[in-house]
Amino acid sequence: MVGADAHRSVLSMDDITVRFGGVVALDDVSVEVRPREVLGVIGPNGAGKTTLFNVACGFVPPTLGRISFEGSDVTGWRPHQLVDHGVARSLQGLGLFDRLSVIDNVLVGADQHSRSGFFSSLLATPGGAKDQRQLTDRAMAVLDRLGIAERAGSVVGGLPYPLRKRVALARALVAEPKLLLLDEPASGLSETEMTELGDIIVDLADEISVMLVEHHMDLVMRVCHRLAVLDFGRKIASGTPDEVRNDPAVLEAYLGGALDDDGAATPQDAKGGSHA
Amino acid sequence: MSALLSSPILRRTLLALVLFVVSVFAIDLLSGFRQGQVASIAYLAIAAGGLTVLTGINGQLSLGHGAFMAVGAYTTALLLGRWENMPLLLLLLISIVVTMAVGAAVGVAAARLHGPYIAGATLALAIAVPALAIHFKDTLGGEPGLRVPTRDVPPLADDALFFLTGTDTGTMQWLATVSVACLIVTFLLLRNLSESRVGRRWRAVRDDPVAAQLAGIDLGRSRVLCFVVSTATAGLAGSLMAMITRIAAPSGFNLVLSLTLLMAVVLGGLGTLTGALIGAVLLSLLPTFVTNFGSGMGLSDLQAAELAPLVLGLTTMAVVLLAPAGLVGSLLRWRQQARLSRS
Ligand SMILES: Nc1ncnc2c1ncn2[C@@H]1O[C@H](COP(=O)(O)OP(=O)(O)O)[C@@H](O)[C@H]1O
Ligand SMILES: [Mg+2]
Repeated sequence: MVGADAHRSVLSMDDITVRFGGVVALDDVSVEVRPREVLGVIGPNGAGKTTLFNVACGFVPPTLGRISFEGSDVTGWRPHQLVDHGVARSLQGLGLFDRLSVIDNVLVGADQHSRSGFFSSLLATPGGAKDQRQLTDRAMAVLDRLGIAERAGSVVGGLPYPLRKRVALARALVAEPKLLLLDEPASGLSETEMTELGDIIVDLADEISVMLVEHHMDLVMRVCHRLAVLDFGRKIASGTPDEVRNDPAVLEAYLGGALDDDGAATPQDAKGGSHA
Repeated sequence: MSALLSSPILRRTLLALVLFVVSVFAIDLLSGFRQGQVASIAYLAIAAGGLTVLTGINGQLSLGHGAFMAVGAYTTALLLGRWENMPLLLLLLISIVVTMAVGAAVGVAAARLHGPYIAGATLALAIAVPALAIHFKDTLGGEPGLRVPTRDVPPLADDALFFLTGTDTGTMQWLATVSVACLIVTFLLLRNLSESRVGRRWRAVRDDPVAAQLAGIDLGRSRVLCFVVSTATAGLAGSLMAMITRIAAPSGFNLVLSLTLLMAVVLGGLGTLTGALIGAVLLSLLPTFVTNFGSGMGLSDLQAAELAPLVLGLTTMAVVLLAPAGLVGSLLRWRQQARLSRS
């Protein structure tokens, strides 16, 4: 592979096929996420985006295909192993700890950076306390970056949805991942909130790689460096937003509608409801 | 001094010391009967504290914690039967360790089970352990149980307590003092755990196991750890109970004990140590109070004795229906709401 190092991929999913019984959810799909790029995965409802995301997360083992992370084979990794590799993700269902405060939720995300063990916790040793203080400072910095520092003490269960989404993002970011996987981060957000989210993702891409599964075209077109388009489980196109926008196969998949920045052709039942 | 008080840990330790000294004096003033009550409240609260951590903080429901108390109690009875003068600290420690070993085995099984199945398995344990004691008559004493010899107050402790209170220490006073000391240390350690990284992980596992796993928390290890911590306190409580009641018998560790612990935890407020303490106080004192009240109202002894479980059951139902967060939890909530409406 000549010049492979020039854009060695962070995450590379090769020839992924996933079958659920008779349903072929993914058919020979390959995508790669390169260093400090935002890869968007788009496609109509039922195209297989969430399945691809779940394969990347280790929730769904691929029937066929290979996943590698930073050059080493990680096919078949389990969800809890991702943190050790420096991968964080935020799911469609947020998976927040509802009875914990915002800061505690974020601290759980930073847990693997903690060095205090059982006995230093039991005896509340100064070393353990210092370790916790450092983690708390770090978590506060992330909350500050996402503009929710003043809610640090609130119990997450009582917060409105957009704030909860930010907490979920903060929890993913506090682990200082190399790769962030986001499944529909914009669902349920208002225009302004979506713009803010876009700014955050653009800002993140200065340091880390992002794989973004999203229905909202305007967001995807604005923040993604490259796109992969799925339809009926196949990858029908890939390239820069401009290339994809004018791809005939993509236009066909979106019922001939133009892929406008205002998201006019976005399937409306974005939350995976009634897809015939 | 102000530097000392600025650290929450040191403040807590200092408070624990002050509490202990105060309780030494308080226990000294009580009658032998009251000292016995204090001792049994203390061991019940120790076990309830461990259970509230397991159930309230980690979300594992145990209907059989009485069985772990039995393990601690029988260990103590067997040890004292053989070595009557074994140092108290060693005795407590061995009883705790043995119970932890049993707890680890059960915890590993429980960690693989889900809600209702854990409840079922621990319920089975609550029934099986006393049955085992009956079955192994030769070592465990069968139905009548094992007698636990009364021990003299260690001379060193006697002198120390004489120095503090200026009076000689009776056996029950000594046991009450030891129990309260154990209660204070247990609650201090449980509080440390609860507020640390370990407690945060336990709560995360309770709220959303999948998300906790994704954050890199090993669910099984976290659950087993909590189970073992919780059974350690049950073992300690059982050991103290054996010394205080001077017997380890199957009838002392029936299902009622397990349910009493759970009731204490629910009454006080799931997941709070203060709640566990208040629950233990209520459950220790309420039966006697209700029975005396019944007799005073002209009920026969039998009727009066039957009144206690009825009142306990109704109280628990009322708390669950009217204040589902328990007594302490509801108080905290009201205070929070009051503060919110003020600001
Ligand atoms: N766990 C599953 N079992 C069976 N079929 C599934 C499962 N998950 C997804 N599918 C099917 O796979 C296809 C792709 O679904 P999905 O990945 O959710 O699409 P998208 O996220 O793009 O809307 C759909 O036809 C869906 O019905
Ligand atoms: Mg989806």
